Amino acid sequence: MTGHAHSVERVLSPPIDLNGTGRYVHWGVVQLSVANLVVIGVMLVVFVAALLLPFPRGRGRR
Amino acid sequence: MSEVGGGWTGAVRRRAVRALPPDKLLPDTQPAYMASWIYVFGVLTVAALIVVLLTGGVLALKGPAWWHVSGTGTYVNGLHLWSVELFMFFMVIHLWGKFFMAAWRGRRALTWVTGAVCFFASIGTAFTGYLVQQNFDSQWIAGQAKDGLNSVGIGAFFNVLDFGQMLMWHIVLLPFALGLLTVWHILLVRLRGIVPPIDAAPDPAEGPTQEAAQ
Repeated sequence: MTGHAHSVERVLSPPIDLNGTGRYVHWGVVQLSVANLVVIGVMLVVFVAALLLPFPRGRGRR
Repeated sequence: MSEVGGGWTGAVRRRAVRALPPDKLLPDTQPAYMASWIYVFGVLTVAALIVVLLTGGVLALKGPAWWHVSGTGTYVNGLHLWSVELFMFFMVIHLWGKFFMAAWRGRRALTWVTGAVCFFASIGTAFTGYLVQQNFDSQWIAGQAKDGLNSVGIGAFFNVLDFGQMLMWHIVLLPFALGLLTVWHILLVRLRGIVPPIDAAPDPAEGPTQEAAQ
């Protein structure tokens, strides 16, 4: 594989490698994978965006 | 259609049409306060569920081991997994939004409850899905889960080490329950309407509010 292909692969690879051994954070008895923490973070961001972003106005609403 | 008689089918039809006439079942207008992304996430949840059911149907036709031996099977299995991921993602955002809207107000408690039970049924369906992957991951999950379930006394009739039982829960019982709950939830949204904003003037059609009644 060429160096160019390697760089493309790096750009396209997800921020968390789901094919390798997972990394975990520990908080007492709670153990969460970093991948799941990232998903929870993205959900919070999307939720806040859903509340704050203006909804496009269309026809047919009273 | 006659207004009386017709046996139990006629009575059910009259009651159904009275509760949900066609223009209420499939409305072409909605209140202005429906202009919220939170409702879009409700619709996205249903859309993701349809993809989950379609890809799950293909996997059921080909058998649970298909995705281990076929590139197409791996692809369909991937579609099934990621549509479930999106389904849970969209549903949780919809749930958070409805919680902070206090969407159970105005005789909408059953709408809220059916949605919440849908969420718990989805967790069970996803869990049994992980158990029927037929790989080391599913073995490890089953081995860990059996201790937890035995400790609360349900391992005797919900045996996570029994692949056949878990497969039936995953592809028959839980999807059937989830499908019924989803249809019920959507019909209740049509029946009761969407919840008005908390600071909106009370709707006289809804009768006295809880606060007024007290």
